[in-house]
Amino acid sequence: MLDPMDYNDQDMGRVEVKNTTCYMCACRCGIRVTLRDGEVRYIEGNPDHPLNKGVICAKGASGIMKQYSPARLTKPLLRKADAGRGESKFEEISWDRAFEIMEERLGKIRKTDPKQFALFTGRDQMQALTGLFAKQFGTPNYAAHGGFCSVNMAAGLIYTIGGSFWEFGGPDLERAKLFVMIGTAEDHHSNPMKVELSKFKRRGGRFISINPIRTGYSAIADEWVPIKPGTDGALILAIIRELIQQGLFDREFLVRYSNAAELVINDPEREDHGLFKRVEKPVEEGCFDPQNKLWWDRDLNAAVGTHTPGCDPRLLGEFELEDGTPVKPSFQLLKERVENYTPEWAEDITGIPAETIRRLAHEMGITARDQTIELPIQWTDCWDNDHNTVKGNPVAFHAMRGLAAHSNGFHSIRALGILMTLLGTIDRPGGFRHKAPFPRPIPPCPKPPKGPEDVQPETPLNGMPLGWPADPNDLFVDEDGEAVRLDKAFSWEYPLSVHGLMHNAITNAWRGDPYKIDTLLIFMANMAWNSSMNTSKVRDMLTDRDENGEYKIPFLIVADAFQSETVAFADLVLPDTTYLERHDAMSMLDRPISEYDGPVDSVRIPVVPPRGECKPFQEVLIEMGGRLKLPAFVDEEGKRKFRDYPDFVVNFETSPGSGIGFLAGWRGKGGEKFLKGEPNPRQWEMYAQNNCVFHYKLPRSYQYMRNWNKGYLEWARAHAMTRYAEPITVHLYSEVLQKFRLAAQGKRPGKQPPERLRKRVEMYFDPLPFYHETLESRLIDTHAYPLNALTQRPMAMYHSWDSQNAWLRQIHTHNYLFVNPRLGKANGFHDGDWIWVESPHGKVRCMARFSNAVEPGTVWTWNAIGKAAGAWGLTPKANESQKGFLLNHLISEELPACEAGEHMSNSDPVTGQAAWFDVRVKVYKAGANEPEMTSPQFAPQRGLPGQQLRKGRWQAFFAGVFRKKAGISK
Amino acid sequence: MTQLALVIDLNVCVGCHACVTSCKEWNTSGWAGPLTDHRPYDKDPTGTFFNRVQTFEVGEFPKTETVHFPKSCLHCEEPPCVPVCPTGASYKRKDNGVVLVDYDKCIGCKYCSWACPYGMRELDEYQKVMKKCTLCIDRIANDALPEVERKPACVLACPTSARLFGDVHDPDSEVSMAIREQGGYQLMPEWGTKPANHYLPRRKTRIQIFEDELERADNPLRKEAPLPAAEGETLDDVSF
Repeated sequence: MLDPMDYNDQDMGRVEVKNTTCYMCACRCGIRVTLRDGEVRYIEGNPDHPLNKGVICAKGASGIMKQYSPARLTKPLLRKADAGRGESKFEEISWDRAFEIMEERLGKIRKTDPKQFALFTGRDQMQALTGLFAKQFGTPNYAAHGGFCSVNMAAGLIYTIGGSFWEFGGPDLERAKLFVMIGTAEDHHSNPMKVELSKFKRRGGRFISINPIRTGYSAIADEWVPIKPGTDGALILAIIRELIQQGLFDREFLVRYSNAAELVINDPEREDHGLFKRVEKPVEEGCFDPQNKLWWDRDLNAAVGTHTPGCDPRLLGEFELEDGTPVKPSFQLLKERVENYTPEWAEDITGIPAETIRRLAHEMGITARDQTIELPIQWTDCWDNDHNTVKGNPVAFHAMRGLAAHSNGFHSIRALGILMTLLGTIDRPGGFRHKAPFPRPIPPCPKPPKGPEDVQPETPLNGMPLGWPADPNDLFVDEDGEAVRLDKAFSWEYPLSVHGLMHNAITNAWRGDPYKIDTLLIFMANMAWNSSMNTSKVRDMLTDRDENGEYKIPFLIVADAFQSETVAFADLVLPDTTYLERHDAMSMLDRPISEYDGPVDSVRIPVVPPRGECKPFQEVLIEMGGRLKLPAFVDEEGKRKFRDYPDFVVNFETSPGSGIGFLAGWRGKGGEKFLKGEPNPRQWEMYAQNNCVFHYKLPRSYQYMRNWNKGYLEWARAHAMTRYAEPITVHLYSEVLQKFRLAAQGKRPGKQPPERLRKRVEMYFDPLPFYHETLESRLIDTHAYPLNALTQRPMAMYHSWDSQNAWLRQIHTHNYLFVNPRLGKANGFHDGDWIWVESPHGKVRCMARFSNAVEPGTVWTWNAIGKAAGAWGLTPKANESQKGFLLNHLISEELPACEAGEHMSNSDPVTGQAAWFDVRVKVYKAGANEPEMTSPQFAPQRGLPGQQLRKGRWQAFFAGVFRKKAGISK
Repeated sequence: MTQLALVIDLNVCVGCHACVTSCKEWNTSGWAGPLTDHRPYDKDPTGTFFNRVQTFEVGEFPKTETVHFPKSCLHCEEPPCVPVCPTGASYKRKDNGVVLVDYDKCIGCKYCSWACPYGMRELDEYQKVMKKCTLCIDRIANDALPEVERKPACVLACPTSARLFGDVHDPDSEVSMAIREQGGYQLMPEWGTKPANHYLPRRKTRIQIFEDELERADNPLRKEAPLPAAEGETLDDVSF
């Protein structure tokens, strides 16, 4: 064998090295791809990339096996005329034919009723384009997967602090001393989180994890606090109570930077009860949150305008204005709200001892108060006060789906935002830090359409498909107050559903409620499997026919790179490329990859040519935009405006001459401008020369306190990141929510909820966070189903993508249901036994694994692993389908009938966030005679034309044609 | 003599498996490749990996620790796998202490895997030769790579930088310092194999709160206390 010292990898074959951006999950790390003879030899983290700084994860390092996966689609496919949906019987067609079919069908829809076309997408990272296409088409029926994923986290925090976790902000672990992670397994922002977490621990920071399960990051926590699922709100409210009782809050921060001291009208008889008392003051038109409210001055004992120089306002008390209006500062209302949320009360709900809850509050409060940071950075606030330092209280939080994926998640997350504010940690060193384009006004300015009149044939949608309602008149409802969108987003059922409700799109279309549609286009979302709740029935809906024998959802187009479970149900299949084969823009118009110190966006540039006839989905949209003559995609003569997607990215402007496009870097004719500037024909080249990433570092004085930092806000306005330079005051008390409540109480002119929803809106649109049991638990027998069931994503897999990956599937070949040994013994089964998990909606047979790292009232499993037989290029005998299972079969997408309606979504009543963590189950041993195989099973999917299934028993991957003459070994 | 090795910090390892697959992708197309997979898309897939992460739990709920434990060849200073090899395929390099297998000499007899008390050797069932971690010998000794990249793929990949790499015989190296200062230990030293790789233990940070820290003179609640009531007569009204 060749001595390794005589071996040089670079000399083997034809070697090329190219930079692009990873897409094995949503982190979007910079990667360096080495090709050997045109084949992918090595994918490593790009050391010069600001996001991952050279590291890579298990998924990213397995990209080769995704590129060469047998699950890859390579041809456009049309369901055979004599075959039924779901039978996977297709004929290969040309792209021309595929485009003709779509042009004819969608053209007809656009001429008659554009909302008959619905476009729903998965974790696609191109919502700027898909959203633009939907708007230009004129359909309101567009959303990405956010409603299913984590919209509570986005809405709960953005409606409170003007920013949120992950893409929009995060914990400053560089300077934090105490880090509290709640309801996070891993996934979101995983590599940067891992990098920072280990540095934080090595610096001696204290890490507390609050989670029903101890895996992943929680494994290295200094303390694990097990909590019952869906009770985080109770814990946080009890901590808030303890902080207020002990005086462990940052008073100065609350006064200056939140609405804590602002006076709220307090007279339940009045129509304006619960609104801020406002004074006449000139305000910028359209600005939602102007500075025209009042404080109570302790010295004058009278109301004065907020931020009156020299005024030190009262936070507590009740007062009467000169005109006799009774008022209270919102902090007083918060204090009253949490009065009964004692640690003892929370102990019963959360399972966490009261003593521990008190100690957690004290650790947070004392660390924030006594370990303050002061950085020598000058800045000026919005009230023209100059500051010589930036102060910080080093307590940081991170939270994700453990809080979000519950029907009480919005208020739990509002409570978390308030807790972070009480500790004085918003956009300060050691606390929470924003990422551009956040902070944004509360709520951000884009608004959904207002009513059915905003949807017109051959006309772009009037309004954004997804936006941020600020009051009831921003809702998208008809005269009766009922939904205009297919998924009923922005209706009184889920008023602040800012990411839509993808999880109800298929059920609603199938039922024809609120109406039937003609064509559903699904991009990169596995709706016939893990991207739907109630999966078995959703699969039936896709094949269900009406009395005339027609499919209830008449035409289904699926665009995907892989043979997912959903592809089997398509009428038309569009083969997408992999991430290594296409251009992409991680745009400021969507969810960029900004850092705390300034805006960052990035691109993908192809490193290998597309396989077979794969076409990037963006090219499909550009082509269809031209064929359908959507205004943004054609010139004045109605001719196609953009050569291809790269050309579109360079030349598209949000409006002619706006200077705002998909990429923020190297704008202007010669690349001399950023964020705003004319198109630059060499923009792609400049990204390619700069590691595929643009990073603008703000001056230090603009990096902190951005909600109230005059310099920053004016800079942001000048660079088109925000419309207003008004301070973004933290909404401790949410007047936005109160406006919806007043409407529900009939105290407000304008849009009114339907009668069936009045009580619901009144209850959940509480201007202060409160704890309530999850919706489903209130409608089912929780004694019969005593357990909570959760899923988490393993670090080595993402969505459903990675079972096709020969390396990753060896790490997780099938999943178990993890149960505490106490629970197993009490239910008469042992580790490794086959058991049934049953919810009110269905049952699943699977294998049990005993674990002491889960609280006894919770059972859980890894998602992403269980597959339908024959899908994803695997044989029908593969463990993923025979021993692996999907928990979604147990979770309903709708609530049992209740006062609010017969078919309400199983979602948060404020935001429409899918409440998939609310599911209640029981577990019991499977019968001795039952097959040792998971249930339910489905008829195995067939391979598709153009798919290269691997029959061989062995795979010895060695990149490049050079392998035959390598000469390493005999 | 140089003895290259890994020092793995269990205090920060989150069990993400980045080291597992970055190892596989580098080595399958490198000097030690391919790393063959058996039934890659079928029932019970298995394959050759040089590095695996085991996860186990310690203690009973709620006092449970979840430990992620990366395992690969420990490059012993007294490697029991070497003397048992009947063909001389298993050898320890003199220049850097890395233990390697020459596939051309290996007859797949598995003596070495029986001799290894750590279970770190895997037979490639396709080629019928023994394979194992090489510390990425074709990276660490490759002068064509920039110096910062002359490290095993797992070390470069690891997001928590839980994997340190260097010469454990050099007292000033990063790995020697970590072992010395942070309680680095060897696996089963009683076997006398002198594993070169070391592990760093879990460390806990706690906050001690004293009762008097709760109440401070600057407690903001003092600002909010209502003024004492002043109603009715005072001495000023009634006394001379």
